[in-house]
Amino acid sequence: MTATTPSSTELAANSRNIRPGRIIAWTLLLIGGLIMVTPLLYMFSTSLKTSGQVYDLRLIPAAPTLDNYVKVLGDGRFMQWFFNSTFIALTVTASNVFFDSLVGYTLAKFRFRGRYFIFLAILSTLMIPTEMLVIPWYLMSSQFGWLNSYWGIMFPGMMTAFGTFLMKQFFEGVPDDFLEAARVDGLNEFTIWWKIAMPMVVPAISALAIFTFLGNWTAFFWPLIVTTSKELYTLPVGISSFSAEASIQWELIMTGAAIGTIPTLIVFLVLQRFIVRGVMLAGLKG
Amino acid sequence: MATANATPLPAPDRFWDRLSIGTKRVIWAWTFLALPVVFYAVIRFYPTFQAFWLSLTNWDLLRPAQFIGLGNYQKMFADPIFWKVFQNTFLYLIIGTPVSLLISFVIAFYLDRVRVLHGFIRALYFLPFLTTAAAMGWVWRWFYQPVPIGVLNGILGWMGLPQQPFLRSVDQALISVLVPAIWAGLGFQIIIFMAGLRAIPNTFYEAARIDGLGEWAILRKITIPLLKPTTVFLVVFSSIGFLRIFDQVYNMTTNDPGGPLNSTKPLVLMIYQTAFSSYQMGYAAAQTVVLFTILLIVSLLQLYVLREKK
Repeated sequence: MTATTPSSTELAANSRNIRPGRIIAWTLLLIGGLIMVTPLLYMFSTSLKTSGQVYDLRLIPAAPTLDNYVKVLGDGRFMQWFFNSTFIALTVTASNVFFDSLVGYTLAKFRFRGRYFIFLAILSTLMIPTEMLVIPWYLMSSQFGWLNSYWGIMFPGMMTAFGTFLMKQFFEGVPDDFLEAARVDGLNEFTIWWKIAMPMVVPAISALAIFTFLGNWTAFFWPLIVTTSKELYTLPVGISSFSAEASIQWELIMTGAAIGTIPTLIVFLVLQRFIVRGVMLAGLKG
Repeated sequence: MATANATPLPAPDRFWDRLSIGTKRVIWAWTFLALPVVFYAVIRFYPTFQAFWLSLTNWDLLRPAQFIGLGNYQKMFADPIFWKVFQNTFLYLIIGTPVSLLISFVIAFYLDRVRVLHGFIRALYFLPFLTTAAAMGWVWRWFYQPVPIGVLNGILGWMGLPQQPFLRSVDQALISVLVPAIWAGLGFQIIIFMAGLRAIPNTFYEAARIDGLGEWAILRKITIPLLKPTTVFLVVFSSIGFLRIFDQVYNMTTNDPGGPLNSTKPLVLMIYQTAFSSYQMGYAAAQTVVLFTILLIVSLLQLYVLREKK
């Protein structure tokens, strides 16, 4: 599971086998990969074209211009949505890292009556689809005045069974001796968790953080339901409403889509290894 | 506390110190769990029961909810649109899951052996996974437009092939919506498949080579069986994803959500419209119960398949 580097035998086998088949496979893989990013390339390309050039389907714009970006970002709506999405995704991620870890740790390292029951109860919520809860959540939000508020968008995701389960798996791998040693030193249980146990599961924390952030950054269904005022839209809901308004001005629609895509792509390019490893970790353990 | 004026008040930590280590730890555990227990009870379990209850009422936001028994379910099962939606939802699942898994397995299988530009090629496949479906729905929608706007029809025209209506056709719209959904999920599936492939110990392959097995036999007798847990996970994960498809459909068909003629409408979009366009909350709740049941069956099937082989 942790063996991400190829073994020497595998490498040796590879260098022996540089056959035409390998080269064809490699070329096909590369072409497939380029096809995968074609929609993204077209999106960026069109966002740099004027409305008159949209019909020109060449990938490289004849006269690239940032006018669309100036126009789309000009009225500040996208800035607001961008801020909303970032704030919400960061807050929910912080909450998940804190609570999912705390609960996962408690379930992994404490022995008490009801532990198994709590574990099963939390695990069973994985079976409940969000779509089933949105109507009661909507009712709850309207009763407590949470519609059109950050809290209204965030509250359903503040803790997740997926994250708790993932963290529990990893905390089970932390040796009890370390925790006992800290207890002998007189640290309280909260400090032991935060200062001793948490640093030992950093890869799991980053996997959880990546998944939670991405999930909330791209979330559409619940934010669409709970927000009606444009100032509180998240970026995906904003892009959707903006595009519907822009109707046939495809260069503006592509610019909006690009603005929503660029931040995650930059983060990915910076943290590629980290993210891929995190996805593998979460996928295999979760 | 107020009566303890004769003897000095026992300090709180004195009381705490008298507890056994075991008791202290139990208290710590429940302190840690206190807020989460409230959260799961209020934000997960209570709403679940409420959804079941609402599905038995005619609640419409205006009047208080009235119990109407199984009326919503009768209405739903008699509604031809529900069956159309039900069929669409399963079409997304039945086409989407095998197609996406087959493609991602083949790519992962070959990509795993690639050393030259491995990280770059992997990134190409992974990037779409990081995009927002709301944004990509519009990009693909533009791709599907008729000439002179749409890219795909432009390419077809350039190759001398007939133009296609894509999203405007009752027959092609569902597939046209499904393609971006598959496209966006491939990266994740490839990464997971590659992680699964690397978890297979090399000794198995070495032993197989010593026994003189060919590539195809190794694939069939070693790789695929040992990859089963990964495959089952991905089948369930992507099945649930396709059964819950919404973002792509909503964004690609905004002027007639789920159209043309309900040909792309999945269950979640029907739920959304019933609840938040028509405000028939009780009826929508009944539809969510159906979705819940379908997802539950899929999850239980996963448990069953995994248990049998262990």
